[in-house]
Amino acid sequence: MESATHPTQAGGSLKLDRGTGSLPTWATWAVLGGSAAVVAAILLATGAFTVALTLVFGTVLSAIVLYAWSRAVEGPRRALDRVMTLWIAAAFGLAMIPLFSLIFEVAKRGIPGLSAEFFTSDARGVVGGGGAAHAIVGTLVITAVATVISVPIGIMAAIYLNEYGTGRLRRALTFFVDVMTGIPSIVAGLFAYALFELFLGPGIRLGVMGSLALSVLMIPIVIRSAEEVLKIVPNHLREAAYALGTPKWKVITKIVLPTALAGLVTGVMIAIARIVGETAPLLVTTGVVDSMNTDPFNGRMQNLAVYAYNEYRSPGVMKQASYDKAWAAALTLIAIVMILNVAARLVYRRYKTEIR
Amino acid sequence: MLGAATKRSAPEDSKGEMADSRGVTATSTEPVTAVAGQPAKTIEARQVNLFYGDFQAVEGVSMTIEPNKVTALIGSSGCGKTTFLRSLNRMHELTPGARVEGGITLDGEDVYAPGVDPVAVRRLIGMVFQQPNPFPTMSIYDNVAAGLNLNAKKVSKAQKDAAVERSLRGAHLWDEVKDRLDKPGAGLSGGQQQRLCIARAIAVEPEVLLMDEPCSALDPVATLAIEDLIGELKNRYTIVIVTHNMQQAARASDVTAFFNIEGTGKPGHLVEVGPTQEIFTKPGKQETEDYVSGRFG
Repeated sequence: MESATHPTQAGGSLKLDRGTGSLPTWATWAVLGGSAAVVAAILLATGAFTVALTLVFGTVLSAIVLYAWSRAVEGPRRALDRVMTLWIAAAFGLAMIPLFSLIFEVAKRGIPGLSAEFFTSDARGVVGGGGAAHAIVGTLVITAVATVISVPIGIMAAIYLNEYGTGRLRRALTFFVDVMTGIPSIVAGLFAYALFELFLGPGIRLGVMGSLALSVLMIPIVIRSAEEVLKIVPNHLREAAYALGTPKWKVITKIVLPTALAGLVTGVMIAIARIVGETAPLLVTTGVVDSMNTDPFNGRMQNLAVYAYNEYRSPGVMKQASYDKAWAAALTLIAIVMILNVAARLVYRRYKTEIR
Repeated sequence: MLGAATKRSAPEDSKGEMADSRGVTATSTEPVTAVAGQPAKTIEARQVNLFYGDFQAVEGVSMTIEPNKVTALIGSSGCGKTTFLRSLNRMHELTPGARVEGGITLDGEDVYAPGVDPVAVRRLIGMVFQQPNPFPTMSIYDNVAAGLNLNAKKVSKAQKDAAVERSLRGAHLWDEVKDRLDKPGAGLSGGQQQRLCIARAIAVEPEVLLMDEPCSALDPVATLAIEDLIGELKNRYTIVIVTHNMQQAARASDVTAFFNIEGTGKPGHLVEVGPTQEIFTKPGKQETEDYVSGRFG
């Protein structure tokens, strides 16, 4: 900015100051607005106006104009910098579009289906009415059981990999954990089904089977995130504890885990958010049911994802009511995931330790 | 955690209980005189070879580290001083692939004998590191009490309070932190953190204190405070200090051991060891003289 007030000729000794000036602060916004207006006008004239086309061509035109203007005034380096900044911002905006569009759409279609009844009653023996309470409870129970199974196994595996594992075994385990993260979720569901079928006979459907299937998906995520977090606990803290004559297990439980607590909790929350919306593995393990069931060890159990799928796939006589409930279930699911994410952030902020 | 710590440190804050707290610390206010003359332990190294995998870092070090004296290990970077220091309390073996040959004894007991628990060795031989490393999750109080809390034996709260005060006084930190024992240790300045680490190390009452360049991350004032402290601690402990700072070795130590290295990739070895005065004024070897007079290289 200040260089603009110094004529370059006067500062002849200042070889660094090659720019002949700089654009005003409003330049970028003016170019963006102007380009959008020009593109919109042309599109309107040709009768092909859409918001998306305006944004795309407006951005391209802005980049060209901004580059030309900036190059003329500020020189090529700053011109390139402005154009790159614009492109990066545009790429970010592009990435955000699906997210906001999705949330907007689900909210728009889901809100009509939300009602007191939706949260308080199940769908047993009703036509058109009924709620998703059984699905909400089922989702929470199945996810909670899956978490109870996965978190101890995942964190202990991560402790093994980071604190004990060496050489080939460690590398092999890391490799298989990576492979596990890529398992298609339906395979996890079929695995759980096949396992329970061995003992309880064909056609078995239980809430806990769904939890087991979800655990198969969740464990590798927990291991991966926990391992990363344990890795950044500085070694000098472990050494300080060892130098006090502390046994290894206490170094891990009293020093390493507390230091990593915030990261571990965040990792678990993200893993939960990842599996809470699973549909396919639950379809084959927990089944479809219309009535409330809070016992994961007895009988079929509904959950939100399968509920939404089912309401949409086979709506009853009152089609629109079923569609509304499907969207409302989707919205509820997104809300649960968002709450978990916010909770993860709060926990992280509350418990994070400054690690140097 | 913090709540509990506040409760524990409450007696020190309230005037009414001051007498009590004094009573506990009457003997510990001056730990130096109380136990002065009580001999600490001698460390004896015989033909120690240290390896990291295939790489030999230290070759054939034999020396006696005398009790109640400050022994300084000096030498250029990479000559194996720190590695040798870490082998004394079996910290060396924590590095994957690290190996020890030869013998190290503490008052005649082989610390590497089969069946000796390295955890037990480290309780007798404490260590202070180059970077001050208080535990970030713990308060000042809990940092000092960490050794007592983390070791298997149960210690009563009163004993713990006494040990914390004694150690903090011993590390010249008590007056600066007595009103905020429940605050995190990471909030202290670098020099205070290092004294906190020294307090933490002496809280478990070791026989020997190893210090790995304890002042290299500190400013001159904090360095002086630590050096004064070292001079006092030797009345109670055997102290081994690694330092890059030759003035520090000259100021703070009684015995100096000079380590050197033939060249890159070669193992470090002990050139000579003797009274600090002698090493710095009339060393036995030309190599040493070149190093201490700054003509090295």
